[in-house]
Amino acid sequence: MITGFIFRALEGKIVVAVAILLGVALLVPALNLLTAPDSFFHIPTYAVSLMGKYLCYALLALALDLVWGYCGILSLGHGAFFALGGYAMGMYLMRQIGSRGVYGNPVLPDFMVFLNWKELPWFWHGMDMFWFAMIMVLVVPGLLAFVFGWFAFRSRVNGVYLSIITQAMTYALLLAFFRNDMGFGGNNGLTDFKEIIGFNVQADGTRAVLFALSAIMLSLCLVTSSAIVRSKFGKVLVGVRDAESRVRFLGYRVENIKLFTFVVSAMMAGIAGALFVPQVGIINPGEFAPANSIEVVVWTAVGGRGTLIGPIIGALMINAGKSYFTGAFPELWLFALGGLFIGVTLFLPKGVVGTIQQRLAIRRERKAADDAANNDKASDAALPLGQAAE
Amino acid sequence: MTMRYLLQFIFILLTMGFAAPSLAQSDPKDLINALGKASFKQAEELLTQIAATGDAHVVPALEAFAEGDLYVRKADGAVVITKAAGAKLSAIDPLTGEVVGEEPKGAFTKIKVNNTLRRAIRSALGDLTLLSPDREVRLQAAQQVLQSPSAENLDLVETALAKETDPEVKARMEEARAVSLLASDRSVEEKRAAIDMVASLGGREAIGILMTVSSSIDESLKPDLDKAIAGIEGDLALWDAAQNIWYGISLGSVLLLAAIGLAITFGVMGIINMAHGEMVMIGAYSTFMVQQVIRTSYPDLFDWSLAIALPVAFLVTAVIGLVIERGVIRFLYGRPLETLLATWGISLILQQAIRTIFGPTNQEVGNPSWMSGSFALGGLTITWNRMWIVLFSLTIFFALLTLMKRSAFGLQMRAVTQNRRMASSMGIRTPWVDAFTFALGSGIAGIAGVALSQIDNVSPNLGQAYIIDSFMVVVFGGVGNLWGTFVGALSLGILNKFLEPSVGAVLGKILVLVLIILFIQKRPRGLFALKGRAVEA
Repeated sequence: MITGFIFRALEGKIVVAVAILLGVALLVPALNLLTAPDSFFHIPTYAVSLMGKYLCYALLALALDLVWGYCGILSLGHGAFFALGGYAMGMYLMRQIGSRGVYGNPVLPDFMVFLNWKELPWFWHGMDMFWFAMIMVLVVPGLLAFVFGWFAFRSRVNGVYLSIITQAMTYALLLAFFRNDMGFGGNNGLTDFKEIIGFNVQADGTRAVLFALSAIMLSLCLVTSSAIVRSKFGKVLVGVRDAESRVRFLGYRVENIKLFTFVVSAMMAGIAGALFVPQVGIINPGEFAPANSIEVVVWTAVGGRGTLIGPIIGALMINAGKSYFTGAFPELWLFALGGLFIGVTLFLPKGVVGTIQQRLAIRRERKAADDAANNDKASDAALPLGQAAE
Repeated sequence: MTMRYLLQFIFILLTMGFAAPSLAQSDPKDLINALGKASFKQAEELLTQIAATGDAHVVPALEAFAEGDLYVRKADGAVVITKAAGAKLSAIDPLTGEVVGEEPKGAFTKIKVNNTLRRAIRSALGDLTLLSPDREVRLQAAQQVLQSPSAENLDLVETALAKETDPEVKARMEEARAVSLLASDRSVEEKRAAIDMVASLGGREAIGILMTVSSSIDESLKPDLDKAIAGIEGDLALWDAAQNIWYGISLGSVLLLAAIGLAITFGVMGIINMAHGEMVMIGAYSTFMVQQVIRTSYPDLFDWSLAIALPVAFLVTAVIGLVIERGVIRFLYGRPLETLLATWGISLILQQAIRTIFGPTNQEVGNPSWMSGSFALGGLTITWNRMWIVLFSLTIFFALLTLMKRSAFGLQMRAVTQNRRMASSMGIRTPWVDAFTFALGSGIAGIAGVALSQIDNVSPNLGQAYIIDSFMVVVFGGVGNLWGTFVGALSLGILNKFLEPSVGAVLGKILVLVLIILFIQKRPRGLFALKGRAVEA
């Protein structure tokens, strides 16, 4: 049954995407580590980290697509799950600094020494163990999503209201993490990392491995999402998106379906955050900013929501564009981005990938209709053209 | 009778006539200079004469005399007040207060003073101030006694009180008497009355006075004292609560201003208008532009700048809103979540445009004179700019409410939002109504920007600071209901200000957000939910 679940996921496009991702996961580190620095094919380490960052964003966009594209929950707070995963990883990395910090305290991170704290707050215990921290990367965003979703979906908070309260959630967390008393480094966040499971965070090799891990994680999550979407559960999910009341009347527990998807999505976002932090080298409360979460929505919309591949392409495209524009024409970037949002919503409501899929589908059906018409000209057209085009 | 008065009159004339030669020096300047050579006995007499002049200008000299700061300059025998200036002493004219020279200490001789004289000085001072013919001086003197209570003032205050006729000054003196009495060794009954008197004063000073006397006071009075202190503290707590409510109303009116335009574009039209904050920001920049023009060309009109900026800001933002609606939003009706993306894009463009034109730094918007300063209302301090903003937001709110409920345009607007197709069948030009509703919402946001420019930094990020709060207010109050926005803004404002003192500003805000999230669970459609079919649409 499980194999069936997985196999159903491996539909054409997904296989191609996974193959490309795995190929990139091998190729980019190889080009970074094995070629000479002056070679044409050499990829410098900063570029590897930059692309790794894009892959983390792509994973975040994929997570959002699962809830928005397939379940109709527009979350304006996915940045919060991303940042929480990042903070869990950041706490582990902080504990790994040990006595190499500025103040040389073997247990307390620098900012706690600076604030004159005497002992570690309870929630920092155990974060020095990698396995525990990795569990936290999943558990913390998952738990928040569970509690939040438990209340929201049971009360049938829908549509715009849900979007606004998810925004309130991430905004409240932003304010909370800015406070020094919270014990997460306040304004400055967590930074100055030294090593991860014994490897130097700055080293080329570690960076390359982190990049490969990001690509692999993204493909894993893509396959999982695809499996969920294509399973029987996935059909119900789409039903919830398109006609929630009907699904409820058919006897499904809509709130549980939403809750499950929301939690899975939040965990994916947490993983993305955890991979993001060691590659970028810092996590601070700015990641909770509501604007960041809205940006994720935009990547998903531009790529095409409800397509799984689309959000990945959208996130990669926009972030690559952002890096290029902010370097070349810093003044123009926001104009370009703003114009892109307006253009996409007006002219490509299904996003880039969604529109391409739609075109292909129309062509396929038209062809099928033509064939049918050729085969049986005498009878009334079985499928009128207009109907097929819908 | 007449005879008696006449005799008195003659007697007075005679005494004056006889006294005149001995009081040859009636000029305060000469009297003070005479102090230089006087013996203690003569000085006492001189003090009586100085007090008799009734000239308040001698007060500093007498105070200096009591402090031992009055000296004779050896060179010319002039009496001066001195003040240490390094190794030297600077001489100050006793009457005018001007510095008249700076000489080494050896150049002066101190005028000696003893306790008898000090008492005489005090009573002379009291005569000059508490008994001064000038009402203001008496009032000030009573105030002074009130602030530094001491038993020595008691006799004086009581003498002054007996002669006082002005009701306000009398009341002050009664209080001053009570305060002095508490510090003296009068009978318990008198003190009890005094405690009541001080308690009725209220305020933190009264608590301070009662606290200081509590250590020395008779045991039998302790309960009265404690009761009085508790009573004042109760009053103070009430005033504090009132102050908090005022701060809350003030914050609430800012929220109302920021949210009210959104209540139209988001609440009534259902557009998740992320560019709302930018309309507020553009309104603030319009104010800045108007003030720039006024500063350079018509500086006299500066106090009118806000009144001029209001229509300008409304027009500018309404036109921008009209363009946005016609250009983008009209294609997105029925897809509310996508309006979020498009308007977010618009907001980025507007922000960057303003940044390109005006630069990323804060622009200075001035306060007209009628908006500066503050006034006291009982135990409250109210600043004028906050007061105006409260009044202004209420005006805008009720004007908008009237427009919505009483005008033909408002009727059409409500018709279109409730049932677009039916409204269209009835001959309402729905696209036209949509466009102008959006323009109205944007224009109101622009007007809000004029007011907010007075209390916030005018920078391209101004709108971002308000957008989330505005959405919270509208959602909390209930989409599609102006009264909901009103109640939502005020209650969130007051709640915020009541949480602030106990948990701090940031945590207070976090708690408010959490409460909103929980509240939405309880009432998924806000405080004042729309009922009926429109809800499901």
